[in-house]
Amino acid sequence: MKKSNPLHQTFTLVKKDLTLELRQQYAFYGVLLYIVSTVFVINLMMGRPDDKVWNALFWVIQLFVAVNAVAKSFMQESRGRLLYFYSLVNPRCFIAAKLIYNVILMTLMSIIALVCSIAFLGNPIINPVYFVGMVLLGGTSISLLFTMLAAIAAQANHNAALMAVMGFPLIMPVLMLLANISLSAFVTVYQPELPKMFLLLGGMDILVIALTMILFPFLWKD
Amino acid sequence: MARHWWKALAILLLLYVIIAGFTVKIPIIGTNGQSSRGLFFHVPMWICMYTMYTISLVNSLLYLSKYDLKKDVIASSAAGVGTFFGVLGFATGTLWATYTWGGTLTDDPKQMCTAIAILIYMAYLVLRISIHDLDKRARISAVFNIFAFALLIPLTYIIPRMVDSLHPGSATTPGFASKDTDGSMKLVLYPAFIGWTLLSVWIFTLVVRYRKLQLKNIFK
Repeated sequence: MKKSNPLHQTFTLVKKDLTLELRQQYAFYGVLLYIVSTVFVINLMMGRPDDKVWNALFWVIQLFVAVNAVAKSFMQESRGRLLYFYSLVNPRCFIAAKLIYNVILMTLMSIIALVCSIAFLGNPIINPVYFVGMVLLGGTSISLLFTMLAAIAAQANHNAALMAVMGFPLIMPVLMLLANISLSAFVTVYQPELPKMFLLLGGMDILVIALTMILFPFLWKD
Repeated sequence: MARHWWKALAILLLLYVIIAGFTVKIPIIGTNGQSSRGLFFHVPMWICMYTMYTISLVNSLLYLSKYDLKKDVIASSAAGVGTFFGVLGFATGTLWATYTWGGTLTDDPKQMCTAIAILIYMAYLVLRISIHDLDKRARISAVFNIFAFALLIPLTYIIPRMVDSLHPGSATTPGFASKDTDGSMKLVLYPAFIGWTLLSVWIFTLVVRYRKLQLKNIFK
């Protein structure tokens, strides 16, 4: 990294994460197996659930997938490697790279989760384009929020249980919003609050990004 | 003695609130009956909670700017006391809901958001326990505190106002203020706000003093 241009630094870091992922394929196959087995267990237990249950189960699967995928991205950074980055790059670039990488990873995982759910649990969606859009937006929101929490958990001795304890109360409003918004993809419901909910979700994403960029440098100092 | 007048004021106000709160003649609002008296104890709990959480947030911010461990002690004590008042507020609310909504735990958004807010601060306290190094604990928990407060506490204000709730004062349900024509409830409610808030600050200062004594080797 000869240039100190922040954009250049960020993209180099994203590229490094993606290359590592392509070579090791650790997070990808781990989470893939996780998705398939979770959906399969649900299929064994309740067969083909109806619309509302399908929606709820799908977002719960998304939540657990996000926890696993995002947590892994920080766990592969050993203490020594973090120290190495510390001497090389700006912390804001580092966390921005992690945010971008996690959004990419989670987008991929969301699509896989969607395909698996449709394959195993039936397809109650009547408005596919809208729902796919929702899934991508939801995956992005969840992965953004969990990136910061994973960074905090990584500082507290890589405690995965801690991430769940910290993350679930914080993610609950987002999940409630997502479940409510995506309901329109299953049944034709009248939701006068829909634009407002989109606005709230978008606002929350921007807030999460801003807070992460501001707060991460404090977390980073060791 | 001059510095302690507010503690005496807190006791006098709370005596007045408890005696007047149970004896004053209140208007009968809808199906609430005498349960409206819960107002004098329920609403002030939230004011105490938000006061404490704000103190906690401000001190977390101050900690990150100066790295002074005393600020961290203040922030964590305030979060603890705030959670205590939050649980009390939740308890008084559910007690009231049992007799007016017909269920202790309903899926009312206001109740849910409150439960989430309390859970977040419990997560903050758990996070603190899990880290042993004092400075590291202070730094990480300060970051989480700011992150959680900025994300969630505004949301617990916004969401209940957007969606329909049975809670008095939200979207479609009128509050008590419009029915309290002769102001007999306000006469107790406003002193109750001041009294309970002073009590929470008093408890908070005691906790801070205790924590500082625990760490007196560090603070000298």
